Amino acid sequence: MAGIFFQKREVVVPGQLLAEGRYRSSAGTYDADGKVFSALVGLAELRGNTVKVVPLEGVYIPREGDLVIGTVVMVAGNNWRIDIGGPYQGSLHANNALRRPYDEDISKYYDIGDVLVCEVLAFDRTSGPFLSMRGRGLRRLTDGMVLDVSPAKIPRIIGRRGSMINMIKDHLRIQTIVGQNGRIWIRSPDVETERLAIRAFKMIEDQAHTSKLTDRVNSMLREESTKLKGTGGGPKYVAEAKDNDDMEDNNDEY
Amino acid sequence: MSTEKRPDYLISPEGLRIDGRRPDELRPIELEVGILKKADGSASIRQGKTYIMAAVYGPRELHPKHLTLNDRAYLRAVYRMATFSVPDRKKPAPSRREREISMVIANALEPALFLEEFPRTVVDVFIQVIQADGGTRCAAINAASLALADAGIPMSCLVPAVAVGKADGKLILDLGDAEDKYGQGDVPMAILPNTEEITLLQQDGKFTKEELLEAIGMGMTGCRYIHELQKEALKKAYAKRAPEGAGEEEEDLGEYDDDMEADLGESDLPEEDE
Amino acid sequence: MGDFSAEVISHIDRAYIRGLLDKGQRTDGRAFDEYREIEIQTGVVPAKAEGSAIARIGDTRVIAGVKVVPGEPYSDTPDEGVVMITAEMAPIASPLFETGPPQEDAIELARVVDRGVRESEMIDIKKLIISEGKKVYMVFCDLYTLEYDGNLIDASAIAAAASLLDTKFPEVKVEDGELIPTKNMLRIPLQNLPVECTFSKIGKHLVLDPVLKEEMVQDCRLTIAVDEQDNFTAMQKGGGAGPMSLAMMEQAMDLALEKSKMIREAVRKSVKV
Repeated sequence: MAGIFFQKREVVVPGQLLAEGRYRSSAGTYDADGKVFSALVGLAELRGNTVKVVPLEGVYIPREGDLVIGTVVMVAGNNWRIDIGGPYQGSLHANNALRRPYDEDISKYYDIGDVLVCEVLAFDRTSGPFLSMRGRGLRRLTDGMVLDVSPAKIPRIIGRRGSMINMIKDHLRIQTIVGQNGRIWIRSPDVETERLAIRAFKMIEDQAHTSKLTDRVNSMLREESTKLKGTGGGPKYVAEAKDNDDMEDNNDEY
Repeated sequence: MSTEKRPDYLISPEGLRIDGRRPDELRPIELEVGILKKADGSASIRQGKTYIMAAVYGPRELHPKHLTLNDRAYLRAVYRMATFSVPDRKKPAPSRREREISMVIANALEPALFLEEFPRTVVDVFIQVIQADGGTRCAAINAASLALADAGIPMSCLVPAVAVGKADGKLILDLGDAEDKYGQGDVPMAILPNTEEITLLQQDGKFTKEELLEAIGMGMTGCRYIHELQKEALKKAYAKRAPEGAGEEEEDLGEYDDDMEADLGESDLPEEDE
Repeated sequence: MGDFSAEVISHIDRAYIRGLLDKGQRTDGRAFDEYREIEIQTGVVPAKAEGSAIARIGDTRVIAGVKVVPGEPYSDTPDEGVVMITAEMAPIASPLFETGPPQEDAIELARVVDRGVRESEMIDIKKLIISEGKKVYMVFCDLYTLEYDGNLIDASAIAAAASLLDTKFPEVKVEDGELIPTKNMLRIPLQNLPVECTFSKIGKHLVLDPVLKEEMVQDCRLTIAVDEQDNFTAMQKGGGAGPMSLAMMEQAMDLALEKSKMIREAVRKSVKV
């Protein structure tokens, strides 16, 4: 009995039969006896003849090329150990962060407690992840705040081609850096705006598996911004496009 | 000093058990997912008067490091009973019984988990028994399965469990505390419903081979029913978070081109195989 | 609760929380002298515990269970019952807690809650006698953390008090050297109701009921136990080695006197008569 056994946007559970017959299993699923089953709680998706399940929860598993925001937890020789959330601790070698020659005591440059924006250079499950700070926008952060959200929700927070995150930034005039590891750096002009931004991100995190979310977040922000500004009328849209990761003068890049 | 005493009979002349159940009837079961905010995954179970909370942390970094496995995650279960969960206050320190049950629970869950996904890590399962009225290790497994799914640990299926016993010569399903204490046997079991393989089986008391096979059959039926309850509890937990109207077919995409599936899958590389 | 400076908190988090406080704000928008939402349920282990309660302050939750057991009195107090309070910071409650025997912070937690109960003479232990010098009622109140987001002490104290108020146990008497149940049910003889209020000192600010992030950047904390007659019955400065001025302590004392009334009422209301 071949076929597909799930609906669009259905929340499926581990062990649930998703497809039988000429279908391939992909992320979040497994196959047994020519059938594809879900391995996770999530949303089942069919692309061509590939079935996958997008998880609604889960820890951060690094991938090469990911932008991550981490905290230095230890200095060991020429390496910083970086907490990026999830079960795998990052390792940043001084050669990938500093210009040579550099001092033997690398804690002079970055020390325990520093927050760094890095890129994942390499990771396979038996070692790493190894991080790098060579690249556009990779630097130490010193102000603002860092919000933790579930890494599984980050794609929704970014939105297709950045639609969601840009909508939020336009509304609120904030600067953000979104780490794939579920950490979002936010710099806002005042506390009320900051709270609103946090509220928007938490709302997306909570409702990531529903549709028309961008509209609802937009409406919420419009309503709340109006209350804040005390005027009737719409939000102020920013005309120029902004990059997702903000560039600014970099005094501490070596 | 416990004021409990041995009941006069475990099965009445009408064939009913001391709480009015038929021999093949389960106690009322309530499952709730996501009850502890700080855990990666969590669930609670009420099965009759038994009340247990389960939390999962992981996969996470493993301490002590010497337990690390290079090709898979290490699964660790800790089953603890509150001092006040039983009539005679239990001493706070872990007992040998708790340590054995911890191991048995880990063994029951492990076959369902794809631990090779997360080498060098640990998946911690914590079970807190708040009120114990029989069948705690099975109820713990029922809740722990949900907590593991809630944490996003990949599994081949959920793991249901139940204990079958014998009272006054009859097989009974889902033992209560008195039936366990004063009955003639206790067979806790857990299965993988997709393949019907057994991941937990213990037995005490005296059973003939036929009786034991029949007891296992009764347990399988009980487990299958509990499995349905587990699936329902998981789906309900996520359905709760969807606002009104979110399930509608979208004719009008609104101001924004909102492709939820694509957005959610955005950071996955295409054609990524397991 | 304990001293978590070993867990690395980032410079940004530290600056962010302190910066907010300098602007008169806290991370969750509360006032400096405001408690999070408090919820108390009693009788949550009705079939096996003589008394029980779950106390929730924000996202911190503690369960308390009471067992009353006939036993022997201590040899130096033959005319008094025995009360013992234990606390476990179970790993179910937080990624920061480990399995294993109680560490100093769990021991401190139990002892601070115990002191609040004992020094206020909450329980009239002279009325816990079955047979003087030989048999008394032993009251065990055991606390388990279920969820940890800061301020375990106050949540534990509330849970302990509510569970003791909730307690009903069977009366026994000695007959021919045996313990025989009478048909009566007794309540714990109570003559006071202590409440504990915990403050965090962060920079030059004093905040009531710290959340976990605030505890992680605190210089120290101060807990004050207040009884029904507005006496202070226990104080504990802990959670970090930073010093605190007398002026700040006085400020804490005044706030404790004020806030304890609200909590005491919440505890009383939670118990089914």
